[in-house]
Amino acid sequence: MKEKIKAKVMDSRKMKRAVHRMTTEIIERNRNLKNVVIVGIRTRGIYLGKRISNLIKELEKIDIPVGILDITLYRDDFSELEAQNMVKKTEINFSVEKKDVLLVDDVLFTGRTIRAAMDSLIDLGRPKTIQLLVLIDRGHRELPIRADYVGKFLPTSKRELVQVKLKEIDSNDEALITEPAGMK
Amino acid sequence: MKLLIKNGRVIDPSSRTDESLDLLLDKGRIVDIKTKIKTDGAKVIDASRLVIAPGFIDMHVHLRDPGQEDKETIATGSLAAAKGGFTSIACMPNTHPVNDNRGVTEYILSEANKKAVVNIFPVASITKGQKGKELTDMADLIDAGAIAFSDDGHPVENSDTMRRALEYAKILNTLIIDHCEDKNLSGQGVMNEGYYSYLYGLRGIPGSSEEIMVARDVILAEKAEARIHIAHLSVKGAVDIVKEAKKKRIKVTAEVTPHHLFLNDSCIETYNTNLKMNPPLRSKEDTQALIKGIQEGVVDVLATDHAPHTPDEKDVEFDQAPFGINGLETAVSLFLDRLVDKKIISLKRFIEMISTSPALILELENKGKICIGADADLTLLDLHKEIIIDVDTFKSKSRNNPFQGWKLKGMPVITIVGGKIAYSSSSIKSK
Amino acid sequence: MAFKHKHLLGIQTLGPSDITTVLDTAESFCNISTREIKKVPILRGKIIINLFFEPSTRTLSSFELAAKRLSADIISLNKQSSSVIKGESLKDTIKNLEAMNPDSLIIRHSAAGVPYFATTFCQSHIINAGDGAHEHPTQALLDALTIRQKKKSFKNLKVLIVGDILHSRVARSNIFLLKKMGARVVLVGPPSLLPAEFKKFGVEIDYDFDRAIKKADVIMMLRIQLERQKKNYFPSIREYRNLYGLTEKRFRRAKKNAIIMHPGPINRGVEISADMADSAKSVILKQVENGIATRMAVLYLLLGGKEREAIN
Repeated sequence: MKEKIKAKVMDSRKMKRAVHRMTTEIIERNRNLKNVVIVGIRTRGIYLGKRISNLIKELEKIDIPVGILDITLYRDDFSELEAQNMVKKTEINFSVEKKDVLLVDDVLFTGRTIRAAMDSLIDLGRPKTIQLLVLIDRGHRELPIRADYVGKFLPTSKRELVQVKLKEIDSNDEALITEPAGMK
Repeated sequence: MKLLIKNGRVIDPSSRTDESLDLLLDKGRIVDIKTKIKTDGAKVIDASRLVIAPGFIDMHVHLRDPGQEDKETIATGSLAAAKGGFTSIACMPNTHPVNDNRGVTEYILSEANKKAVVNIFPVASITKGQKGKELTDMADLIDAGAIAFSDDGHPVENSDTMRRALEYAKILNTLIIDHCEDKNLSGQGVMNEGYYSYLYGLRGIPGSSEEIMVARDVILAEKAEARIHIAHLSVKGAVDIVKEAKKKRIKVTAEVTPHHLFLNDSCIETYNTNLKMNPPLRSKEDTQALIKGIQEGVVDVLATDHAPHTPDEKDVEFDQAPFGINGLETAVSLFLDRLVDKKIISLKRFIEMISTSPALILELENKGKICIGADADLTLLDLHKEIIIDVDTFKSKSRNNPFQGWKLKGMPVITIVGGKIAYSSSSIKSK
Repeated sequence: MAFKHKHLLGIQTLGPSDITTVLDTAESFCNISTREIKKVPILRGKIIINLFFEPSTRTLSSFELAAKRLSADIISLNKQSSSVIKGESLKDTIKNLEAMNPDSLIIRHSAAGVPYFATTFCQSHIINAGDGAHEHPTQALLDALTIRQKKKSFKNLKVLIVGDILHSRVARSNIFLLKKMGARVVLVGPPSLLPAEFKKFGVEIDYDFDRAIKKADVIMMLRIQLERQKKNYFPSIREYRNLYGLTEKRFRRAKKNAIIMHPGPINRGVEISADMADSAKSVILKQVENGIATRMAVLYLLLGGKEREAIN
């Protein structure tokens, strides 16, 4: 599907600033920073999580481990998909038991991904708390879910798409609002 | 009532006739043959554009009656034969009870007399109950009306028993027909042994199981100076053996079926049980050898091995399905399209193989030929009419035919038995 | 790559990318079995019927566990508990189970082609759990997963399959799979159990195990059914073991890092000596372990997504 770019809502400078601000908030809010672990939701949540972990290391000299969560097996729209999503590995090489888990994703939309991610996390152990960090909250929630740390609140229409690009896997850092072509 | 067939192209291999002639039939006989016949009070069939052949004879049919009337009866089988262009059929003895005594032969003939629209010639079994042990009372059976002897799908395993049967056949001047199969070699096989049986994971029946028995039979026939007819040749090696035997003037004749000519073992890909028969569909090389055998005259006869089974019996896993396929109503169109239209053999040779030769082999004196005084059994063919095979139009009780949906050129349109119309396709009108 | 098949009838109908998809998916499922909570909710509400007309422990329990780890509901029926034994036709039995609206039927049967036969009148996803001497696709897939874990790639691997090739569905599915993935396959066994026409599958044939085993990367031993001896497929167990049994002495001719596989159940001391079966080179139990992840992958890939057009 081709898509049309409608607006660039974040460039690399703005993104850097947002990540930095959220990291400071994390440090402020979690007195026992050593109990925090980061779990990034595939795919871009992983890289955001790593950036935050690196930044904490820089600021506080504390190593925060980053795990990878694949939520495919916890989705609630399994039967409606045209074809199955490829399942990838969940790679969390540490225990989440009694930890303060920081769940990281790029965009918060309906909340269904986060619901799946929380179910998945709880199957891996019983965290003390789960906090949610997203780079962009675009609204339109379908479940009672709210992020603890938000890079940017972005009002959107439902048919628009929000795309976050990270230079680790994309060409550069930016966030875009796009619209599928052929839709008016 | 007299029947006058006008303007048809009469082909009779026995008299090397191939010309446009009128035929007048009366009291079951051909009474006149001329370029133009004028007569009053005869029913007239306009056979312009049609070929008139001596009535087709199928030497290998299973009528299932008595005993398995859910598959076929003498009445339905004979209707199927008439629709398929056959005026005479020989029916195999593997009924329940087996046709190994006068009673069964007489039953078949009396049923045929009452219900059949074609001539029916019972083949009796060589041994009692087809068990391969004790010979049947062959002379008595011949007297009752048996035309030949065969143990069909349970071929006589004991060579000494076969030898004695051939010796008796010789003095009784009758024919032994053998389904050649060494049951030890074929074992639990369900399809031809070879690449495709390995690919599909099905147990194989090696070609050697047929070759060995054909070889044995011709050796025994030579010593006994008896006549032997090899049913449904299917492998190249067996064709070679028959060819060699004929060179040595051993009295051997052989038949092939449409399925062994036009299908091969690769077709079983979808485990279609309508492709399960015995002998099984063989390899492509084997089908080519059979075609060559037909062209060279090694193979004498075309037959169907019509073996009806109910849909329920065939709608099972391949291993469990009974062997055999329905064939009376598709054979002639298959031969006309695949052999004659494709110029593999001439129309004359085809008629010879499906009428003249079977009549000679079964010693049906007044059949298989068109001449004054011959039986008024005729098959009228339309060489140009195209049909699509549809099992739901079958007169047979069964539907187990693998040629469903095949588009073929040429078909039998009128079948005349004993001077009467036994079957006429709806497209033909008679006045 | 999306997996577009509705059924899993055999390896023959899969392409190399399908096989890779199954293996990649299975790899992702491997760690679920080692977690505290060995279950994910993805197939919640799906109903699966295991229909085994032939005895089995490994495959049956492996499919059961795979289904349960994906939260599907599964029931298992064997020949004794089915009505086939009361004279019901196979088609009727399967149609009756279909009427209970399962999402998938996993079928094992002694007759080749039964899973295909089922697709001609069933709506649900049909999975072949072994049909006669035809195919056993999940076994080949779990074998492939095991080989890939140990050898990384299939390209130019020398894989020996040794034993009763003629009657083995495991051999066939493995031949198809390994050839599709670029391995070199050498079949070894007596001619009675390894007809020369198997060459047409694009494999090599060797009747001399000692020669064939040289430089082998993978040695896959097949179970020899002892009842074959009665039909003279081989003269005696002793003779078979001497010619085609895997012993330490023979194994020394293979590559140093060669692995030993066996689909089970093993006849210790017949096709494989006990010390070989238990040696560090043996991955036999790893195969069993991988069986669950592989079958989870198959269930996930077949039952996921919208109803698809039937591509076998």
